[in-house]
Parts: sequence; structure tokens; C-alpha cells
Amino acid sequence: MSATSAQPSADSAQPPPEPIQPAEDLASQAMGAPKRGLAYRIVSRLGGGIVQVLLVLVAMFWLMPTFGLFIASLRPSQESAGSGWWTATWEFITSLSASAAAFSFDNYVSILANDRIVGSLWNTVLISVPATLLVVLISAGAAYAFAWMEFPGRDWLFLIVVGLIVVPIQVGLIPDAQVFRVLGVFGTVTAAILFHVAFGLPFAVFLLRNFFIGIPRDLLEAARMDGGKEFTIFRKVVLPLGWPAIASLAIFQFLWVWNDLLVAQVFTGAESAPITVTLREQMREFGSSLDVIAPGVFLSMIVPLAVFFAFQRYFVQGVLAGSVK
Amino acid sequence: MTHPGEAASGAEKKREQDGDPTQTGSGDGPSRVAATGGAAAAVAAPSELTPSGGSALQGGKLVTFLFLAPAMLLLAVLVLYPILYTATRSLFSAEGFTEFVGLGNYVEMFRADVAPGAGNTLLWTVGAALVVAVLVMGAAAGTGRASWATAGKTMIIAPLAAALIAGVFVLEGQSSTFTAIKNNIIWVIVAPAAVTALGLIFAVLTERVRWSTAFKVVVFMPMAISFLAAGVTFKMVYDQNPDRGVANAVAVGVHDTFADPTPYPGARGRPPEQLEGTDATPVKASADVGLESAEAVTPGTPVKMALVGLTPKKVPDTAGTAAASPSGAGLSGVVWLDFVPGSKGENGAVDSNEKGLPGITVEAVRDGKVVDTTQTDASGQFSFPKLTSGSYTVRLPASNFAEAYSGIDWLGPSLATAAIIISYIWIWAGFAMVLIAAGLAAIPRDALEAARVDGATEWQVFQRVTIPLVRPVLVVVFVTLMINVLKIFDLVFVIPPEGPSQESATVIALEMWRVSFGPGGGADQGVGSALAVLLFLVVVPAMLFNIRRFRKEQS
Repeated sequence: MSATSAQPSADSAQPPPEPIQPAEDLASQAMGAPKRGLAYRIVSRLGGGIVQVLLVLVAMFWLMPTFGLFIASLRPSQESAGSGWWTATWEFITSLSASAAAFSFDNYVSILANDRIVGSLWNTVLISVPATLLVVLISAGAAYAFAWMEFPGRDWLFLIVVGLIVVPIQVGLIPDAQVFRVLGVFGTVTAAILFHVAFGLPFAVFLLRNFFIGIPRDLLEAARMDGGKEFTIFRKVVLPLGWPAIASLAIFQFLWVWNDLLVAQVFTGAESAPITVTLREQMREFGSSLDVIAPGVFLSMIVPLAVFFAFQRYFVQGVLAGSVK
Repeated sequence: MTHPGEAASGAEKKREQDGDPTQTGSGDGPSRVAATGGAAAAVAAPSELTPSGGSALQGGKLVTFLFLAPAMLLLAVLVLYPILYTATRSLFSAEGFTEFVGLGNYVEMFRADVAPGAGNTLLWTVGAALVVAVLVMGAAAGTGRASWATAGKTMIIAPLAAALIAGVFVLEGQSSTFTAIKNNIIWVIVAPAAVTALGLIFAVLTERVRWSTAFKVVVFMPMAISFLAAGVTFKMVYDQNPDRGVANAVAVGVHDTFADPTPYPGARGRPPEQLEGTDATPVKASADVGLESAEAVTPGTPVKMALVGLTPKKVPDTAGTAAASPSGAGLSGVVWLDFVPGSKGENGAVDSNEKGLPGITVEAVRDGKVVDTTQTDASGQFSFPKLTSGSYTVRLPASNFAEAYSGIDWLGPSLATAAIIISYIWIWAGFAMVLIAAGLAAIPRDALEAARVDGATEWQVFQRVTIPLVRPVLVVVFVTLMINVLKIFDLVFVIPPEGPSQESATVIALEMWRVSFGPGGGADQGVGSALAVLLFLVVVPAMLFNIRRFRKEQS
């Protein structure tokens, strides 16, 4: 790729008009191998090589922190305290034996026997799955109404929704704690779910409404002609057609809730704390004892990373579908 | 993963506004990772097709209500009402709605933690002016390109803002709110620019690389994990111990490459009273210069300097048995470790199993001036062949015994903010890269070709054609990051150790949490609400900007 994209610039790099060349030279130029560009090509190949090396270094630099934490999660804490993960990795590479480098999954085994960690991982699921489903459902309904239904004050209402997109969640912490106390859900997963749903809605409604509005009018009218009720149209036409937008919204919302620390810290209690809050507390209790923290962090990362890798492809299809229409 | 809301909404609008061709490019091969970053923006693109806003299908009132009600109810109760509640609550004291304090909390939050009294009037004047300025700027941004706003922006607001920022930096440390505002200002100035620039560089460099997708996945991955996970990861990178934190391992490695590592940290002379009856030379520690012979020494009499306070591990393998009767031309002697674990040697005498200390710098001093310098050999011996007469002081300079360089205190009060910003860049560079790459992919080849045919160099093409064409995307990325950075919380909460480091790195969002809910700040929800209002005011310009954009688009 680097070679081909360098071609055109090879020609233009030397602006002075070229002397008349023999026919075979012109032919070779047409084939994409201009004689005069040779020096330039070498330079650009070399440049391309440097770029590649640079990018490899950057990629390694980007992977390094996570990789280091992963290695730390495999080592007993006294090992981690005594030598760096790079030393252990080197030992592993040179000896090719996990035992020589003192790698094992013992930390994971012991952390999976820890009720608090496992319980809070489950809490994370209990919070993020409903919060995601609810946001998608509720916002899809509202977005459909904003896009295709006529009602007084529609534009004003939607402007308010647009305005609410950037409201910092800090504004809601104190009052909503109050509201949840009144409702009797403070300190439970329900409180966290409701808060995430409420603060996720403005963006969700905005995104879906903008997508739904692009659904061809004919399709909706045809469905109406066939005697479809609004709910049927919503279910049979809008939701399937809006699937790309809904899917990406769901994934955003899911990752956002799964990774949240602040909201859960304020609204959940000891029994309902998700993994982020528990890990944060463990950090305070055990300081930097990596044998607890590192595997815990890795466990909490598995799902987001899986979602990230699994849906990448799906995302692209959604994006394509969206932009082709 | 942070909330994608601002990101995509901004991006999406910007695209529509500028007819930015990004959407068509979003699905291209190179931007497969556009996944999480670009998708939201691109997905919303179809609204362009019916720019007037969809006209309504028929629907009964009840049906409409059923579709809208859940969302509106949640928004009203859990988002809109809280805004009003927080604004009101900020006017009452920690006690609750029973005690009205007016703007007292806004004064209170700027009040000095350190020295109450004297400077307070100045403090809260600046603080209050800051709040007013934010409001005015917000209003100006909101009213748009009205003439007074434009004029006001340049004539009044710019110098006012500059003066206030200067004031904040002067008063920084006076109260935690000032520290927080100062840090937020640093964040806003540094982080979005750094992330956008890095994203642009990565996007441009990967354009010509075959494995760009792999690269993008690697750089984009941190976006998927939580701030807590990223925070823990970077806490480890910055660990003070060079055997744990890779940052300090590198720092120490680099330092030791350029400066000789200290050979014998902490060594000292054996106390003179333990040397009585031996021929060892008493060694005293003298401030700043190091260890010195306590009495004058002359050539011909070997100088035996007995050192202790060193674990035998620190003695290099090359060290030989200490020379019991050092010999050499001129002034000479031996420096040895007068200690062997598990064996009871004679203090002050060179026992046969005791090691010499090689590589120690030795200075001969006469009348306070260093007249010669040498180093000890493997058996700890040294000699100054040129010094054959007179009396001298033998000095072992402090550089031999200084504590080993232990790296940089990354998470200490002075560097914490910078260190956290680096971790932020690590997380967000992928976001910027993916959006910008999509923008680059959508640039029409013709434009670039035309410039090249006209004889432009690659750099000129980049500067004059590429940059202007991706500018809209750059602006979107930049603005998105700015809004995001204003609300930064988790990283500052997780990375620096609690105490002075966290206090010096604090930001408004963290202060709000600490004051309202945190263990250190008690539970003053009055001041907490005031801080939340401050945070809200800061994003008001973004909010009005969004609304204005949207209305313009609809009309």
C-alpha cells in the first residue's frame, strides 16, 4: 500500500518538465515504475519502514500497561514486590516455563473463591443488563414519537432533550439519592439502574430519533395502509429498520454502565455494589497488593473487551447500512 | 468507557452542518474500528435525508402518550427536577432546607482551608467573579453571533478570563476549590489538544500501513475498559518502586546510564570508640563532603578506613580480600568493610575474611583543598604516589554513599496531574484517531491529486489540503474532549494516593463527590450542590451550543 500511494507523488515530486523519453520509458512510466522516481521511491520506502517501526513501537507502548498488569495478575504478591513484570516476562521467555517465572492462575482461583468479588461481578451484570435494555426500549419509543407523531410542544420538548445531553451526572447525585430514599430503593441495584437509565435517555432519544427520521415515509404509510396499529408498526417496521442504531446504542450504554464507578459508589450499598466499587474498596484496604487487585481488574475487563471485539464487525455493518440508506 | 453522548451528538451535528463527508467514509476498510467511536455519529446520518424533521403519521393521543411517557417521566423526575433541586439546595446550609444561607455556600467553597480569616474577602471575590464570568460566557456562547456577544467576547471576556485564570493560579492551594479549578483549567488546556494531535498523527501514519486495523484495535482498546481498570493499570506503571513501576524502572535505568550508580549507599565509618587499640584510622562523617579521616595522616603510615553500615550484598563480586597491610608509594591505605555476617572478627582490624571496597573515590585534602584524587582497587587499596610528604586529610566524598536514585515521584503532589493526563491520553487517543481516520478516508482523492499535479510537496498537500478538509472532524473531536475533560472524575479518584497527592490533583467533579459523600469532606450537601452547580454552569455553553445547532438545522 505504501508503494502504490507513493507513486503519484513520485511523479510530481520533481515539477520541471521531463525531457522527451524513449518509448519504452514512457511505457514503464505508465506501468507505474517511473525511472526518475527511483530515488524518491527508495526514500519513501525507507520512510515507510520508519513509519512502520514507529507504529510498532507505539502499539507496544499502548499494550504495555495492560500487559504488565496481566503479568502481575499471574504472580504471587511477594514476587511482584521483588521484581518487575518485565523481569518475570523475560524469565518466562528465556526458560519457556511458567513455573520458572512463577506464573500461575492461583490469584484468579482465590479471587473466584472470594464471595465479595464474585457477588459484585454478578451485581454488575444485574445493573448493566436491565439498564441497557430499559434505555433502549424507552428511548426507542420516545424517539419514534418524536420522529413520526404529531403532538403539541413536540419541538420544544425535543430541544429540552437535546439540552439535557451534556448535563453532568454530578447535578443528579444529591437529589436523586433523596428521590431513591423516598422510593425505598436507595442502596439497591434498582437505584443505580434508574439513574443510569435517566441520564442515558437524552442521548439515546436524540440518536434514535435522528435515525428513525430517516426511515422512508412510504414504508410507514404502507404499513398504516395495511391497517397496522402504531405498536405493530413500531415493532415490525421501526425496530427492525432501526436495528443498526439500536445495536450501537445498546453497546455504548452497556459499556458505560458496566464501567461506571461514581454512580454505583453513591447509590449502591454493601450488598449491591458492582465490581468497580468493590475493587476500589479493596484498593483502599489492601493498598497495592496486586495479587488481589490485578486479577480482579482483569475479571472486570473480560466482558467489555469481549463486547468490544465481538461487535466490532457488527458495528461496521450497522455503520454501512446507515450510510448507504 | 465514558458516556458517548456528547461525543456522538457533537460529531453527528457537525457532520450535518458542514456536509462533512465522513459518513461515507466511516464504513471503509481502514476504519473498521470506527466501531465504538464513529458508529454513533455515522449511524445518525440518515437524518440528513429528511432534514425538515419527520412529518407526523396519524396517531391517537393515548398512543403518543404511551410512547413518550416513560422517557419523559424519568427525565422529569431524575434529571430535570434534580437540576432545580440542586440549584435551590445550593442556597441552603449543610443542615438542610431549614437554614437559608443565600450565596453563602458559593463563598464557603472558595474559603481558604488553610488560613481562615485574612485573605478570605479576596478569595471569594475572585471565586464569585469566576462564577459570574462563566455565566456571562455561557450566555454569550448561547446567544450566538449577536454583535454584542462577539464584541463582548473579545473586549471584555477574554481579558477577564485571562485575569481570572491568573487569579486562580495565584490563589491555587488557598482552598481546595481553587486547586480544583486550576487543575480543570490545566486539563482543558492540555488534554484535548494533546489527544487530538496524537489522534491526527496516528490517523495519518496508519493511512499507508497495511496492518493499520491491528494498530487501531490496539490503540482503541483502552476505550472499552473502565476508568478504574485504566487507573489501576497506570497506578502500577507509576509505582515508586523501580522494581514494580515500569516508569521508574526506565527513569532509574536512564539515570544510571548517564550517572554512575552510587556504589555504597549508607556506608559509614566504624565509631572511633570501637577502634581503640587498633591501628585503624578513625573516620568521621562531615556534613556535605562525606567521610573523612578524623586525624591528619601522613605518607608512610597506611590509612586504614573501617566502614560499616553496609550489607555484604552491596559489595560487588569483584571485591577481593581486603589488603591487611596496604602498601604503595606515597600516601596510601585501604578502605574495607569491617564486618562479616555470622563471624566475630576484630573491630578495626583487617580480618582475613573481610572484603575491600573497590571503586571508591578517594581524595587527599590539604588545607581544605583537594590536592589529588584516586580510586580504590579490588582489595580496597588506594595510593597517591605523588604525595610523599606533608600531612593530609583523606576524604571519601559523599557521592560514594548517597542513597541510590530511586526514580521520579510520579504520583507525588507536583507531578500527579501530569501523570493522570498521560493516562487519559492513553485512553482517548484511539477515539480521536478513529474519528479522524474516518474523516481522512473520506477526503476526495481528486483534491489531493490536483494539488500534487500542481507540484505541491507531500507536506504542502497535508497542510493546505488535508488539514482544512478534516478540520470539521478535528473541531468535533476537540470539543467533545473538552466537555469530557471538564467532568473528569474517575482517574483522579483512582490513580493518585489519597492525601497530599490527590488533594493537589483534585478537580471540580472530585471535590463535589468528596464534599457531599466522601469520607474526608463530611457530608455538606449545601457546598456539594454549589459545586455541582459550578460544574453545570461550566457545561452550559456546550448545552446552548448543541441546542442552537439543532435549531439551525431544523429551520
